Amino acid sequence: MTAPSPLWSTFTDPLVRQNPVTLQILGICSALAVTTSMPTALTMAASLTTVLVLSAGIISLIRRHIPDTIRLIVQIVIVASLVIVIDQLLQAYLFEISQSLSVFVSLITTNCLVLGRTESFARLNPPGRSMIDALGNGLGYSLILCLVGALRELFGAGSLMGLQVLPLVEQGGWFTPLALMLLAPSAFFILGGLVWAIRSIWPDQAEAPDTVPPEVEEGA
Amino acid sequence: MADLWSLFLSAAFVENLPLTLFLGLCTFLALSKRPETAVGLGIAMIAVMGVTVPLNQVIYTAVLAPGAWAWAGYPEMDLSYLSLVAFIGVIAAIVQLLEMLLDRFLPKVHAAFGVFLPLLTVQCAILAGSLFMVERNYDLAESFVFGIGGGTGFAISVIMLSAIRARLAYADLPAGLRGLGITFILAGLMSLGFSSFAQMAAQ
Repeated sequence: MTAPSPLWSTFTDPLVRQNPVTLQILGICSALAVTTSMPTALTMAASLTTVLVLSAGIISLIRRHIPDTIRLIVQIVIVASLVIVIDQLLQAYLFEISQSLSVFVSLITTNCLVLGRTESFARLNPPGRSMIDALGNGLGYSLILCLVGALRELFGAGSLMGLQVLPLVEQGGWFTPLALMLLAPSAFFILGGLVWAIRSIWPDQAEAPDTVPPEVEEGA
Repeated sequence: MADLWSLFLSAAFVENLPLTLFLGLCTFLALSKRPETAVGLGIAMIAVMGVTVPLNQVIYTAVLAPGAWAWAGYPEMDLSYLSLVAFIGVIAAIVQLLEMLLDRFLPKVHAAFGVFLPLLTVQCAILAGSLFMVERNYDLAESFVFGIGGGTGFAISVIMLSAIRARLAYADLPAGLRGLGITFILAGLMSLGFSSFAQMAAQ
């Protein structure tokens, strides 16, 4: 790694190379559920990034005062309070989107990405650095979310951000929407393909093959 | 009775937590490498969801729901925005309690659960169970059935996925697809299968 400065690489590494979703398997739960269209994906990405940055900052500020034994509970309570604030804000100003996100905004609380970053980074580093790391991770997450959201909206409904890009057959165009893209399985397929693409570009990320076949038990 | 049974089936299959609602995917993907761990995780899920969802239902109706404090002279009081913190606290406490009880009385079962019990505190599927319970206004019996059903659905799908992944040891995959990539695609195919349950329910 020949990074120009460590602070800069703290920010850029999680964007694609160390992407939280595709490499670290963190925060996938919400990444897939909310990506049926761009607007919901964007709202979710913005909420998560905000929560991530703020919680990283707060936890990093009080990191010397949290007793080690109860740190998980302290962290969860801080994250949960931030999520409640975001949820109330969304209900006040973006009511329709908050309805379509349903319980998934509240579920940011248990998003492994938030707790993973606070636990592994913010707990050990000064606030400025932790917030930059959190911002990088949040943006990396947002990137994946928007990509999957854009692909699903484009092929599932022929539109982007609600604007019709591909003319539909029923409106006299040529594009037949793929209904599968709006259903659950397509999100898995797209993310699987994405992981494949990223790991083909950086082959060092590929996982070691399971050369040892699993032991076969008698009668199993 | 028939209503409860159909609620159980729909929670377990039609609204399968990991495969159709994408909940609890982190543990779903991370702990499905071997069938033995998957079985432990599945059982732990059923136990924790079967306890926390009804308990949260009781707490919600008794303390947090709008108008719950009417008997004390505060009919306007609406504490439902606190439900998130309350639910997380209940789940963390129950998981801890369950772990201590098992350790004390059933050490063998506790050893079988291993590290999965504490991990379940931050499992989105469990919290989502409680949140869905509020959103859909389940009563106590319904929320118990919903919790057990959701846990069962999770257990079935995680055990199935781990069985398929064990088979993959014999498959020759492209390097980039190994591990996470192929697991996503497998989950997608399983999800395709489970979406047929939704069709059956619609008819």
